[in-house]
Formats: sequence, structure tokens, C-alpha cells
Amino acid sequence: MSISKFLEKKDWDIVVDANASFFSLKFKELTHYKDLLYLLVRRDFVFIYKQTILGPIWLFLQPLLTTLVFLFIFGRVAGMSTGDVPKPLFYLTGIIAWSFFSESLTKTANVFTINAPIFGKVYFPRIIVPISNIIGSFIRLVIQLVLLFLVMIYFNQTAGFKFEFSIGLFFLPFLFLLLGIFGLGIGLLFSALTTKYRDLSHLLLFGVQLLMFASPVIFPLSATPKPLIKIMSYNPLSAIFESIRFYLLGTGEVVGLNLLYAIVFCIVSLVLGILVFNKAEKSFIDTI
Amino acid sequence: MDSILEVNNISKLYRLGEIGTGTLGNDLKRWFQKTILQQQDPYLKIGKENNRNIMEEGDVFYSLNDISFSIRQGESLGIIGRNGAGKSTLLKILSRITSPTTGSLKIKGRVTSLLEVGTGFHPDLTGRENIFLNGAILGMRKKEIARKLDSIIDFSGIGSFIDTPVRRYSSGMYVRLAFSVAAHLESEILILDEVLSVGDFEFQKKCTDKMNELKNAEGKTIILVSHNIDAIRTFCKKSLFLENGRLKMFDETNLVADAYMRVHHEGFEYKTNLVEIKFQSKSFDIINFGIRNGECPPFDKPISRDKSIRFEFNYIKKTVAENNFVVFKYKDIEGNYICTMDSYNQLLIDKQGEGRVVMKTHPFFFNTGKYRVDLFIHGIFEDGVRPIFEQRDILNFEVVASTMLFSENLGVDEGYLHPVTNWRIEENNQV
Repeated sequence: MSISKFLEKKDWDIVVDANASFFSLKFKELTHYKDLLYLLVRRDFVFIYKQTILGPIWLFLQPLLTTLVFLFIFGRVAGMSTGDVPKPLFYLTGIIAWSFFSESLTKTANVFTINAPIFGKVYFPRIIVPISNIIGSFIRLVIQLVLLFLVMIYFNQTAGFKFEFSIGLFFLPFLFLLLGIFGLGIGLLFSALTTKYRDLSHLLLFGVQLLMFASPVIFPLSATPKPLIKIMSYNPLSAIFESIRFYLLGTGEVVGLNLLYAIVFCIVSLVLGILVFNKAEKSFIDTI
Repeated sequence: MDSILEVNNISKLYRLGEIGTGTLGNDLKRWFQKTILQQQDPYLKIGKENNRNIMEEGDVFYSLNDISFSIRQGESLGIIGRNGAGKSTLLKILSRITSPTTGSLKIKGRVTSLLEVGTGFHPDLTGRENIFLNGAILGMRKKEIARKLDSIIDFSGIGSFIDTPVRRYSSGMYVRLAFSVAAHLESEILILDEVLSVGDFEFQKKCTDKMNELKNAEGKTIILVSHNIDAIRTFCKKSLFLENGRLKMFDETNLVADAYMRVHHEGFEYKTNLVEIKFQSKSFDIINFGIRNGECPPFDKPISRDKSIRFEFNYIKKTVAENNFVVFKYKDIEGNYICTMDSYNQLLIDKQGEGRVVMKTHPFFFNTGKYRVDLFIHGIFEDGVRPIFEQRDILNFEVVASTMLFSENLGVDEGYLHPVTNWRIEENNQV
């Protein structure tokens, strides 16, 4: 647009008002920055493994190694049941889904602290960065799901596991999306707080670990230890993890009401998270 | 013409003291009072000035206090002020990195801020990839960047290194690439913070030329913060002088810069023209000492570096006993002697009575800075030379960068003087 052209316009393009409403979101602005979103995702994905020896192989090694550890600790030592499904398959599914969720949450929660050097020097809609993080996590998830399918093929027709192609598989993207939304929403809520109270990010890390044991990740909902049953029923992650396993491995159960509860919970947390984030991005740089 | 940028009553409040631990209680109290009880912030002190000398810990203070101004399209703005005057805060608000506590800001068109060179550069990405990333961070579309890619690479002078990761770049190359991206932004307002002071001389010149081109040919509005008053003087039509967070002056740059200079260097006052002031001694009187510029009448303001400076005075020589010559001693602002000039070989005053002495420096003799002059008249006696008149600090004057050449002071003005010397290339016939 030429200079003379925009001078003909009477209205302002950018208005910053200290008394602006809490709910003033700038969705229009976001479309202008979609190229930035793409470039940030690309940067994170292509270069995160550039300095490592094994490179992208870590994407596979990480869940596999964790599965081995879980097999030993929870399977052998603690002797926890995983239902009918072979233990490696059960753990791997849980680990891949959980790491997607926890990565979404913690990365989003620390987005201001990590990106302070850039945020302090140039303006762009800050929400671009958490969104790019989530997209990056999604790509990693998809790659790891390929690994999961390989392992599923290996275990097919053995020891109580038989892979069945069902229409339910098409629900999986939706369920993972829900997981991502939940991580993003909670992360956004915390992002505003971690700028002010740094110790919250440590606390959050600890909290996420605890949350894993309060979610049916390493054991099925049906085998939940007694004291945790009440927490489980309030935890929206329960329904999501159970559903993921149901459609993938054919174990567990899907309760429509629980799933609806999880959906509402996720959407509410996302909306609240965006509002809080939107408020925090205006002046977080003063406190960081 | 309409304004392109309007700032209305902007204030920015900061809270001092620890952030984080220990303030959670206060935060809750403030939130309770403000949100639940709808009362005023109990920690807000209205009208407190941003004076860092009298601040207590845990206080709040205004980094900016009720700033209003507006600029028109193509009108460049300089922001002047001491450290802590609120310059950076204002820049951050203008570039929307932080938001004001009160007041509003309206802008037409796109704004790009260059508060740092190479924001978001990733060391592992190649120069080309960083152009795209950096450009996108600064608000460019991929298509725009692709269209200007050749021009950006060309301007940076990086050449074939463009596909090398930037971690292998020299700092000069890094800066050159980063500025090239910024220079090609398609925004109507460009905000620059001291970024001019990077790179080598040649690139500096390129940058300033480019900025002049952006300003003059493309009609862009440039907002410049710099400690280099000369840069602001030569580049910005209007300026804004901040002091303790308040807007002290907003006017034509020359007026603002002069005002800033008067305030900023306490004790330094221009003393370039001593009309009807007479200094007397037993055998010699000096009157009307002053600096005259060839074209201009006597003036009381900085002297442009590209002008020759004319020192003149009238004298009355009362004795015939000895010949005299004139000595000027130049000092910097702190009183360190820089050089001495005397007329011994060229001018001897031998006749009794009145006369007028004129001494001219060549253009660019003094580099930019503030100078003080001591005046001596020496007498040549049979037993040696000794002063018969002395007046220390008789004049003060300031030399500023040429208004004609914006970049002439970059890199070649180390030190105080820039005397004319003889240079030539000699054919070397010997093997």
C-alpha cells in the first residue's frame, strides 16, 4: 500500500489505549503473522536436533527408553496391572500422549520467560509463539505415533492384543487436539503468573509430574489405586486418556458424559487462558 | 496534513523493589481494592516525579508522566534526554512492546521498531533463512521478503556467505545483514534506538544514506533515539526532550537540541562573542573578542564543523618597548589542553596604538565537541619571552557535525583536531 493511499483513510490502524477492554482480542492481526508462525515452527523443528549426535532419532529413543524404565519400575518392581494389553504397548501409548500434553503445558507456561529477549525488542502478537510451540509438539506427536504403530504391528496377534481397524480411529486426532488444547489453556493461564513469580515454573514442573500419577497414564482407569479414584473422576485427562487407549488399543472404556466434561473443561481453560495471556502480554516485560 | 502518530497523555508507572517473592500479598491486596472494592490502587502515588535520587524502595514511580505529542507523515522525530529520562520507555510504548499505564496511542500504518539489531536471529540458521525469520518477526510477509531478498543480500554485502550459518559470521557481517533486513521493511514508521552506532564507516554511510532515502524519497517517518545529538540534529526535523519522565520541550530540533545542551552540560555556556567587553592590563587592552563566521553575524550557538572559524579581537597596545605576538590555548570541556596556536612566525605586533587581529582555522579543524580558549599576549623581551596579558577561559564554543553531511562525523573524528596535512603517493623507483 502506498503512503498516499493510506493517508486518505481517516481511521487509525493501531490504537493502544490503557483503558482498553479485557476482552479486546486482535484476531485480524494474527492472519498477518501467519508466515511468522510457519517460520517459527520450522525453526524449532528443523534445528532442535541439529546440535545432537543422534539427531531426530531422539524422537524415537526418548519414548522407548522411558518405556523401558516404566516396564522395570511399574511393571516388574511395583507389579502394577495394565489390563489385558501388553505392558510395553500400554506404557508407550501413555508416554507419547503424556509427553505431548506436558510439553504443550510447560512450554506455554514459560513462554514469556524463554522469549523475553525477543519480546523485549520487537512487537508481534505474542500468542504466535505458544501456537507455534503447540504445532511443533503436534508434529513430534505424529512422528512418535508412527513409532507406536510399528510397535503395535510387532505386538499384533500376541498376548491378548489384536489390532482392529475401526471407525473409532478417526476420533484420535480429535482426542489429541483436545489434549493439546488443554495443555495450551492451562499453560496460558500459568504463563501470566510465571512472569511475576518465577518459582511457579519450578512448582509447575513438579505439579505436572504429580498430575501424571493422578491421571491414568501408567495404569488403566479400571486399575486405579483406591485413594486416587476420587481425583481421577474430576480429572478431565482421565476421560481423554481412556478414550485414546480405547480407540488405539481396544482397552478401557469411553463414557460420553465424562468425555463431554473433558471437552467443556478444555474449552473453558483455553478461553480463560487466552484472556489472561492477552492481558499479561501487554506489560509482562516490565516485570521480567 | 493529518497526523500519522498521536500520543495522548501517556504515563507509565513502574513499581520498584522486588518483583515476585514478597509481593504476592501486596498484589492480592491491590487486586482486592481495585477489582472488588472498585477503589483506587492503594500503591499508586499520583503526581510523583521520576527522580531516581529521592526514590525509596518499594515505591512506584512514573517513568513517563503525561506525555502528549503528534507527528505528521514524513516528519522525523528525535528523542533526546539523559539516561533514565524515559526515552526507552517511550520507545517501548511506541513500538507496543509494553503498554502505557494511562493514556492512548494512535498510529496510522505499520510500525517497525529496531531497538536491537538482529532480534530473533538464530545462530544455526543460514543468513538466507535468518532474513526470512527476522523479516517475519519484524512483521513482513514471506512474499514480501522473497521479493526483496536480492536487494537485502545485495545491500548487506554478505555475498556468497549468505548460505552459511550466521554463527560463523563476524560481528560486522551479522550487523550488516540485520540492518539490511530492517532497511527493507515496508512500514510507514520506523523506530530506531542507537542502532546507527554499529558497523564500520563504509556501512555506516550506507545506512545513513539508506535512512535518508527512506525519509526523503519514500516519505517514511523515522523516530530516532540517540545520545548523539549531532545525529538527531542532522536527521530529525522535530525533537522531543524528556526530563525525569516529563515532556520538557517539543519543537524544532535545533531549538530542542540547544536547550538540551544548555541543561545537560551545566556550567557550560556559550561565550563566543564578547561585545564591548574590555580586558585591560598594564600594556595591552583587548576588546570585542569573539568568533565571527564569515557569512553570519556574530552568533551564540554551535559552529558547524565544515565552517572555518574566525577569531577576532581589537587591541590597544600601550607601549613600544617590545614586540608582541598572540597565543591561543585550546582546552576541552574538562580543562585539558589540546593545542596552542601562536602568531610568532606570522604576525608580530610592533606598532603602538589600536588594531585588529583576525585568525582563521580551516574547515574541519576542530572535531565535534566543546572547547574553551585561553588568550595570551606575549612580549619578546631582551631576556626572553613572557606573557604581558593573559585571560583564561575567555571564550567557550562548541563545534557540531556538519548539517550538510550526516555521516561525516562517523569514524573519522577521534580526538579533538583534524588538521590539514599533506598527502601524496610517491612513485617508488627503487627496487
